Amino acid sequence: MIPELGQFALILATMLALLLGILPMWGAVNRNIVWQSLARPAAFLQFALVVLSFACLAASFLSNDFSVKYVAEHSNRLLPRAYQFAAVWGGHEGSLLLWVLMLTGWTAAVALFSQSLPLNMVARVLGVLGLVAVGFMAFILITSNPFDRLFPIPADGRDLNPLLQDPGLVIHPPMLYMGYVGMSVAFAFAIAALISGRLDAAWARWSRPWTVIAWSFLTFGIGLGSWWAYYELGWGGWWFWDPVENASLMPWLVGTALIHSLMVTEKRGSFKAWTVLLAIAAFSLSLLGTFLVRSGVLTSVHAFATDPARGIFVLCFLAIVIGASLTLFAWRAPAVTLGGSMGLVSRESFLLLNSVLLVVATGAVLLGTLYPLIIDALNLGKLSVGPPYFNLVFAPLMVPLLFVLVPGTVAHWREARLNDMVLRLRWIALAAFLLAIGLPFLFGEWSAGTALGVFLGMWVALGSLQHVVERIRKPGRIGGSFWGMHLAHFGMAVLVLGITGVKSFEVERDVRMALGDTVTIAPYTFRLADMVDVKGPNYKAMQAHVEVLKNDQVIEVLYPEKRRYFSSAMPMTEAAIDSGVLRDLYVSLGDPLPGDTPSWSMRVYYKPFVPWLWAGVLMMVFGGVLAALDRRYRRGSVSPLQTAGEALSSAS
Amino acid sequence: MNKKFLIPLGLFAALVVFLAVGLTRDPREIPSPLVGKAAPDFSLPVLAGDKPFSPADMNGKVWLFNVWATWCVACREEHPLLVEFSKNSKVPVVGLSYKEIQPQDMANGPMKDAEKLQLARERSLRFLQRQGNPYSLSVLDLDGRVGIDYGVYGVPETYLIDKQGVIRYKRIGPLTPQLLQDTLLPLIQKWEAS
Repeated sequence: MIPELGQFALILATMLALLLGILPMWGAVNRNIVWQSLARPAAFLQFALVVLSFACLAASFLSNDFSVKYVAEHSNRLLPRAYQFAAVWGGHEGSLLLWVLMLTGWTAAVALFSQSLPLNMVARVLGVLGLVAVGFMAFILITSNPFDRLFPIPADGRDLNPLLQDPGLVIHPPMLYMGYVGMSVAFAFAIAALISGRLDAAWARWSRPWTVIAWSFLTFGIGLGSWWAYYELGWGGWWFWDPVENASLMPWLVGTALIHSLMVTEKRGSFKAWTVLLAIAAFSLSLLGTFLVRSGVLTSVHAFATDPARGIFVLCFLAIVIGASLTLFAWRAPAVTLGGSMGLVSRESFLLLNSVLLVVATGAVLLGTLYPLIIDALNLGKLSVGPPYFNLVFAPLMVPLLFVLVPGTVAHWREARLNDMVLRLRWIALAAFLLAIGLPFLFGEWSAGTALGVFLGMWVALGSLQHVVERIRKPGRIGGSFWGMHLAHFGMAVLVLGITGVKSFEVERDVRMALGDTVTIAPYTFRLADMVDVKGPNYKAMQAHVEVLKNDQVIEVLYPEKRRYFSSAMPMTEAAIDSGVLRDLYVSLGDPLPGDTPSWSMRVYYKPFVPWLWAGVLMMVFGGVLAALDRRYRRGSVSPLQTAGEALSSAS
Repeated sequence: MNKKFLIPLGLFAALVVFLAVGLTRDPREIPSPLVGKAAPDFSLPVLAGDKPFSPADMNGKVWLFNVWATWCVACREEHPLLVEFSKNSKVPVVGLSYKEIQPQDMANGPMKDAEKLQLARERSLRFLQRQGNPYSLSVLDLDGRVGIDYGVYGVPETYLIDKQGVIRYKRIGPLTPQLLQDTLLPLIQKWEAS
């Protein structure tokens, strides 16, 4: 009964989304106030129905209702309670339902927080979001229904993939989806603005907080995924250039370009067409990511659904949504005014460079991700593109990006004086340079790459600090967006320093260890003290007790495990990590090795600065949140002064 | 209309074409360098019986060589189809029981080779008794060396070997009814006739 209720709610929600996609839009064209004002209640009701549908699926999981096929495939009685709930999005069907839940949630949030927007804008934005929701809900109902029943009813379910039985992965998909789907709001604003022809400062201003919040979620989601891969996969890696990672990185790169470009459009009225294109691209890449993951068109550990019907559906959906948007863009964008003029050296030019570099980087990642598919489609053979390609093309693009970041934050709009900027930034440039020369010696060997990384990280960090100090000395209230920007930039600097540190100074030892054996990575010595059997709720494990010694003192005991879940034959590695401010000690237990004395293969890593990666990502996330919550976005509609300024700048 | 605003649409259209073609391909289909080459020789103990088996024993016959193990979940999915196939076809299916003994079987300490062979035989025979036996015989590749020679990439895998002992087709992953019908059976007919 409950699953049917869930399905019924989802069908109702689909029909409501269709209404939401048609009536208010039509009302906006005909200036029909009643139809336009249907948008908000429809958005709320749609969200309520999807919540109900999602709750029904969750209830089926928590009550072990194995007559539901999806539940039987992704849960079982032994699974701990929290994972039974998380298993709702542990497979293809449920993760789509989660996606729709997020989408309708964002739609309802726009409906709630759009009091200052003109009604016809609200009607159009919610209408576009409704149309996107129709596509996804139809996808679920036609090809991937999570409420399908199973007969005969199995006594127990198959279990959630052990890889996913982890707190990191419980919140990783929701956060990532919040980011992906959040980009749909920026997209809806852009489409609404294109339709109405109101591509102006007000549009950019409305879009900004939504885009920045979505970007924060996306950043957090990607960071969580990386963190999970680091401690769960047992390889000590934190980024693999896996197609699915790339699928989340591409919207992030374009989203980053978008939040910077929106600023120019708001403040100066320039880059309008470019900003709209970025908004379309950010959401399109989110959809493309979904396509790549859900269709199984690329092989990847994540792509758990290979089903041609699904692939064809998503491809058609992709073609319709993105094709229609780009057609609209080609039709309406040429009419857009150019906005204020800009000098060769100005904040606009730095931000333009930022956009271009990020978009080129996205293109490089897209090419690398799709290259195997393109080569295969052209019958030129099978190949794969690995990290060497990505590192080779990605890093050189990030170097100038990080370099222009600092002048970009202090340059004046319209026209900046190069001399003034050199004078202002010379001390931090010198400091960053000296640190780059000196710091690498402190941690080990000096190399040009390490020095470059340190220089860029320090340059951005010191640039942000200097700007903050200068600003605090001046009178006047400092807005959230100022703090947010600098926190996020500072986080970027910490991330860059972290990546530089771990790439330059990590040490890895692959060893065979019997009880009592030691391995040394100066100044730490690891000793295999004991090996015991432990039993979890739904698995058995071998657990090693590894003592970490420094100066002959035990400073920490690590407990890496090799787990065997009852439901699957695949053994799982649980690495043990000791985190400090400057380093991680990472031990992962391998297989028992044949021989006379019992011994095991063991992977021991010294990973400097890894905690800096997570710290950097968190700073970026909080920076984004801080910026989005800035009071000025919550003030009433655009002030007359600003509208006048906008008119002036577009007239000039 | 200004042409440069059409560029994104054009790029996207090209992308859709590639994605559409890509959808018709199987990314997991990996071309094997062994196709068209002689099947690597070996001599391994069989599951039931004392005489070891080697591929030369099959000369003059078209046969299937199927890599499996009792711990392999996908093999279990494939198994009923193989059983069905063996009932309806004269083409013999030889099994390669691949690395039946896994490291976790030795959690209580290392095992001698004879012990491993014993355990692998017991477990495999029990499995075949319960699930049906599609194999005219199955050989035991405990250390996985023959698997290396054949480039075993994932279990299950299936090879089609012709009368001259040349590999004509390789499938990584479980066989499906569609694959059997559309690809494997026509190939079998072709090589039977030659």
